[in-house]
Amino acid sequence: MNTQAKPLLKLEDVYKEFDVTGGFWEQFRWENGRPVRKKAIVKAVNGVTFDIYQGETFSVVGESGCGKSTLARTVTGLLQPECGKIFYDGDRIDDLSYSQKTPYKKRMQMVFQDPYASLNPRFTVRKTLEEPLFFHYPELTREQRLDRIAEVMEQVGVHPAWAERFPHEFSGGQRQRISIARALMVDPEFIVADEPVSALDVSVQAQILNLFMEAQEKRGLTYMFITHDLSVVAHISTRVAVMYLGSLCELSPGGEIFNNPRHPYTKALLSAIPRLGEKKAKHIRLKGEVTSPLHLPSGCVFHKRCTYAKEICTQEIPTPFTAGDNAAVACHGVEQGWVG
Amino acid sequence: MDHLLEIQNLEVKFRLRSGEVTAINDVSFFLDQGERVGLVGESGAGKSVTGFAIIKLISKPGFISGGKVLFEGRDIAGLSIEEVRNIRGNRISMIFQDPMMTLNPVLSIGTQMTETILAHKNVSKAEAQAIALDKLKKVHIPSPEKRLDQYPHEFSGGMRQRIVIAIALLTDPAVIIADEPTTALDVTIQAEIMDLLSELCESEKMALILITHDLGVVSQVTDRIIVMYAGRIVEQGLTRDVVSNPRHPYTKGLIAALPESQQRGKALSQIPGTMPSLTDMPQGCSFHPRCELVMPICKEKVPELIELDNKNALVACHALAKGGAS
Ligand SMILES: Nc1ncnc2c1ncn2[C@@H]1O[C@H](COP(=O)(O)OP(=O)(O)O)[C@@H](O)[C@H]1O
Ligand SMILES: Nc1ncnc2c1ncn2[C@@H]1O[C@H](COP(=O)(O)OP(=O)(O)O)[C@@H](O)[C@H]1O
Ligand code: SF4
Ligand code: SF4
Ligand SMILES: [Mg+2]
Ligand SMILES: [Mg+2]
Repeated sequence: MNTQAKPLLKLEDVYKEFDVTGGFWEQFRWENGRPVRKKAIVKAVNGVTFDIYQGETFSVVGESGCGKSTLARTVTGLLQPECGKIFYDGDRIDDLSYSQKTPYKKRMQMVFQDPYASLNPRFTVRKTLEEPLFFHYPELTREQRLDRIAEVMEQVGVHPAWAERFPHEFSGGQRQRISIARALMVDPEFIVADEPVSALDVSVQAQILNLFMEAQEKRGLTYMFITHDLSVVAHISTRVAVMYLGSLCELSPGGEIFNNPRHPYTKALLSAIPRLGEKKAKHIRLKGEVTSPLHLPSGCVFHKRCTYAKEICTQEIPTPFTAGDNAAVACHGVEQGWVG
Repeated sequence: MDHLLEIQNLEVKFRLRSGEVTAINDVSFFLDQGERVGLVGESGAGKSVTGFAIIKLISKPGFISGGKVLFEGRDIAGLSIEEVRNIRGNRISMIFQDPMMTLNPVLSIGTQMTETILAHKNVSKAEAQAIALDKLKKVHIPSPEKRLDQYPHEFSGGMRQRIVIAIALLTDPAVIIADEPTTALDVTIQAEIMDLLSELCESEKMALILITHDLGVVSQVTDRIIVMYAGRIVEQGLTRDVVSNPRHPYTKGLIAALPESQQRGKALSQIPGTMPSLTDMPQGCSFHPRCELVMPICKEKVPELIELDNKNALVACHALAKGGAS
């Protein structure tokens, strides 16, 4: 990508963990005949570094539990990282107080997977869309607010005449349009969308993806788009980041990652997509069983499942290195040439 | 020729407060021994209800209001509860999206499996255990001997689904109905489970009805595809034909809407609107409010499923009826 351009969002070695130890008594285990107090820590995001540039669609893919949603929530300030720095448009934003965050909340918005859960069932569409305006544009008159609501509803394809209806009166696709409208109300620059089409049927998914692409073109939006659906990613992404157990495996331009996956996990993931009409495609089998983020393996987090793994993989964490045109890969095997 | 399973004009209704609605309408198809058929369509199309109706598992407020389900030539609808039980979970097994629909969380895997065998077969406990072990090996559970004593929560989602498949295999069924068996799983695990199901269909000579909304998955696993929309079959055909050359406007639209059907970054082709709800079914062809080819007759008359170029290709659409419509 345009490496000269200034990144809109910058993540530097970001870590996010969750303490899932539970209550006081649950922390004790019997070991060697006496009780030991132990904490259980989920390492959800582990030293992630990347930049997102103005106007691009930056996708994050990976299987469930790899830390995509945690990353999204950390980026938008809903979660505080344990370690690392996040910059938005050059300003550090991860250590701000609640009130200091306000201007950034207007510039970055979030859309979630489940429009059922993310819309207040007791609010009409108008009320849902009015809220962010009250907060960020208190100077607007009622008339101006209603005009703005009608305009955005029109843009997302929900008839403005339906402004007084409640969420349950809409289909899943329509509800997702309303969630997108809510994000667009404050005219943001950057939208983090966490699995926004995963709950939708194919025919509706196409409508919503088109809406995202249109809005981007019209408003020059930048997206961080999170999904586990690789065919969606292949379609819309400028660049793709592949995650496994909280770590970045590979970061490549959208076209590149699908034609020339480099990291062993990316290769396995792509080979597993059931493609239309290709009967019995051979896919790469991973070895072993799913690894838990409670007990992160030493070295490369993928080594227990990787068919290429060697001794070094169990000891040293691979650091991302530049491979080919703007592609970054974190793998000893790719770096040293034993993964082809 | 007799088919292993033949569904004839199946109809399922639900009694709602607002009145009766028809969820499944005039559904007919067959399944031969060892054949793999995909039942596809978007959510609410009636796939699961069809699957449940085949094994007579429709419960209130639903009921089978018409049609026949012939298994090995006998109408399941006419059988006694005892006889249905003997077929269900014995000759026909069902697998669900959520493995916990099948598994009991408080019993070990070994106990659940041997109990199932003892309920269906006249064998000793030791023999039952041997069968259980054999089936766990068939679904490639690593070190099955150790796993027998473990409980469902000790397994990952993919492993649980393997165990459910092993349980389905216990009675050597002729048919497995798998309802979205991999929808909750990650793609790499989905690929493994689908490989396993295909492998078992071959080695065990089982027939499979694979219910899914994922056209990619059916296109890899099945021989024939049945496309459902709003409670009816709209298209049927050999998988490779339907996928490469869909005929019904809905199937065409569905395949065209897949991101992989379009060039990267280009607008996706979309079907306007959404599937109607049961209480709000349009007259005539239920797809007509969303169809580009809609004609006056489409709003009045339900199109019948007719043969196109060969007996395997069936489509319900006035625009495709021989000699055109009206
Ligand atoms: N609030 C939380 N408390 C405890 N653990 C969490 C919390 N949120 C996420 N996790 C854990 O962090 C890991 C990453 O989760 P998540 O970011 O939701 O992954 P993804 O979105 O990729 O499926 C998982 O192991 C999950 O169980
Ligand atoms: N218990 C029920 N009561 C009322 N309607 C139901 C019930 N179960 C299913 N339906 C309706 O029957 C239709 C078909 O449902 P289903 O077979 O589950 O669809 P699919 O599996 O294709 O997503 C849907 O409109 C659904 O709302
Ligand atoms: S670093 Fe080693 S274990 Fe990790 S992906 Fe590369 S080859 Fe596999
Ligand atoms: S019958 Fe008419 S409305 Fe229905 S799919 Fe065919 S052309 Fe379209
Ligand atoms: Mg998530
Ligand atoms: Mg279903």
